[in-house]
Amino acid sequence: MPRAFTPKVVTANALLEGDVIYQTATGWSRDLAEAEVLTDEADADLRLIDAAQQVDSVVGAYLADVDASADTPKPTHFREDFRAKGPSNYAHGKQEAASHV
Amino acid sequence: MYNYTDFDTAFIKERNAQFRAQVERRIDGSLTEDEFKPLRLMNGLYLQLHAYMLRVAIPYGTLNSRQMHVLADIADKWDKGYGHFTTRQNIQYNWPQLRDVPDMLDALGEVQMHAIQTSGNTIRNVTADHFAGAAADEIADPRPVAELIRQWSTDHPEFQFLPRKFKVAVTGSPNDRAVTKAHDIGLRMVERDGVAGFEVIVGGGLGRTPMIGKVLKDFLPREDLLPYLEAIVSVYNLLGRRDNKYKARIKITLHENGLEDFSARVEERYALIRPQFTGVDQQMLAAIEADFALPTFRQEKVREYHEARDHYPAFRSWADTNLAEHREPGYAIVTISLKAHGATPGDATSAQMRLMADLAKRYGHDELRISHEQNVILPHVHKNDLPSVYSALRAAGLGTANVGLISDIIACPGMDYCALATARSIPIAQEIATRFDELKLEHDVGPLKIKISGCINACGHHHVGHIGILGLDRAGVENYQITLGGDGTEDASIGERAGPGFSAEEIIPAIERLVLAYLELRDEPAETFLQTYRRLGLAPFKAALYPEAQANAA
Repeated sequence: MPRAFTPKVVTANALLEGDVIYQTATGWSRDLAEAEVLTDEADADLRLIDAAQQVDSVVGAYLADVDASADTPKPTHFREDFRAKGPSNYAHGKQEAASHV
Repeated sequence: MYNYTDFDTAFIKERNAQFRAQVERRIDGSLTEDEFKPLRLMNGLYLQLHAYMLRVAIPYGTLNSRQMHVLADIADKWDKGYGHFTTRQNIQYNWPQLRDVPDMLDALGEVQMHAIQTSGNTIRNVTADHFAGAAADEIADPRPVAELIRQWSTDHPEFQFLPRKFKVAVTGSPNDRAVTKAHDIGLRMVERDGVAGFEVIVGGGLGRTPMIGKVLKDFLPREDLLPYLEAIVSVYNLLGRRDNKYKARIKITLHENGLEDFSARVEERYALIRPQFTGVDQQMLAAIEADFALPTFRQEKVREYHEARDHYPAFRSWADTNLAEHREPGYAIVTISLKAHGATPGDATSAQMRLMADLAKRYGHDELRISHEQNVILPHVHKNDLPSVYSALRAAGLGTANVGLISDIIACPGMDYCALATARSIPIAQEIATRFDELKLEHDVGPLKIKISGCINACGHHHVGHIGILGLDRAGVENYQITLGGDGTEDASIGERAGPGFSAEEIIPAIERLVLAYLELRDEPAETFLQTYRRLGLAPFKAALYPEAQANAA
């Protein structure tokens, strides 16, 4: 039996800053909480193809697993957790951006 | 130090202009990422986990104060006010933006620096003993030869698409501080019957399949170096595997074909190409050597140094750990620790870089070095200036007296930055250093090298750590494997795996048990961790690491 499809988001790096970004229903966000959660495999594949075609703004798009049981998607693997948060030795990247809000 | 010729300056300018145009074409969408990636890698630009990373070459780890100032300026202007010094004597910027990178490269070019061949399947930045030209135990300064190799290998048309990356290290001292036996080619300067030459070691490497290099030639006359290197790399270029990335390094080529077969092929190739080297390289080497003439050392009685030692215990402690013997009796080699307890190994802020540059200018004949152990060296400081140097360093958070001790940890960037990492390295290094500082044990423990890699590629040299730590992803959880008994010196050995890995929470107590066990096991305080390990083997250390297994067996 094929493995059941688990919820995913499309993620990539922004071309100019290299920052981690997530696909939303209408564009891209730097915040995982705003990502569009994809629960249908065919839909996810299409959304990934769409992302991969945006060569002048996005690099290395792929589907990442998320836990969709709460209000906003949460990473299921520690690598995605670090990507969503930023490095642990300095409050740089997304943590720094968050502190400016 | 080597000074760029007009040719060098024009070459760098041209390369930077090409890359600027490539970046523009990437941004306007005329280049895809697949097309752009090999171009950016050729210029040291990676895309990492959270941002781009620019790896700048510091050839054989040598730089002057002006260059260090520019590294600081770049950190402030285009990065986040700091830089990360690496195990290949490079500096990495973790947060550049794509649009700014051409400007960063131009700024580097202004002070004769670049990022060429710091990535890709080419001959990488040539590394050398960080005490070169200063060490008391040295036969000759390896840097002129390293510079000759840099010039030969930079943009070498035959070697731009090797099966895999290729790393060369040179040492001029019998005490190997350049880890030559863990390089694709390691060169040790030797003398035979009054003739200068090299012992050529090939096929060393860490990574997935760690191997200690083998001696391909026990004595190569100095003037035959470039043709012989060219023969080796040429044979590897054709023979090396391109079907499997994990079997592509020269260590595997050598392993699969055997030393004898490989050597025969090199000799054959060498015979063919030797006549092409008509001696121009030796003329160039002679000119380069003049650039590396020793500074004029000050002749002055050592007085202030002894007074400071007698009166200030903190200075004495620092002097005992962070100084090395200089060839000139009145001088010392200063290692500035970038390993303050709890800080990120190898990181320096722009302010710290400027201070180190100013100290080099004022007290150190304008020279700085970067060590593969991620520290900064002032190679030539008169002993009478050491108290002033120490107090300035201390005020800037650079006075940590821990060189060669347990908190002087090598750590790769790991999963905090690196896209290839399988686990974090930096927090583990921070916690080990903080814990042993709390225990106030590190000076009792003595010389002990801990090296941490966040993946199998082993940038943190864990295989040659007395204690090596390898971070892995085990079923979606960070897991740390310990190896013991590794050594990166002239007696190089690969560490032995101690047993099952530990979680991020368990690894610090495990290291503590290991070190406390060593204190119990050593014959006398002078017996180092590595000596004790070599005397007793793995068993007693394993017992300390896995007390439950011991209890269950009993």
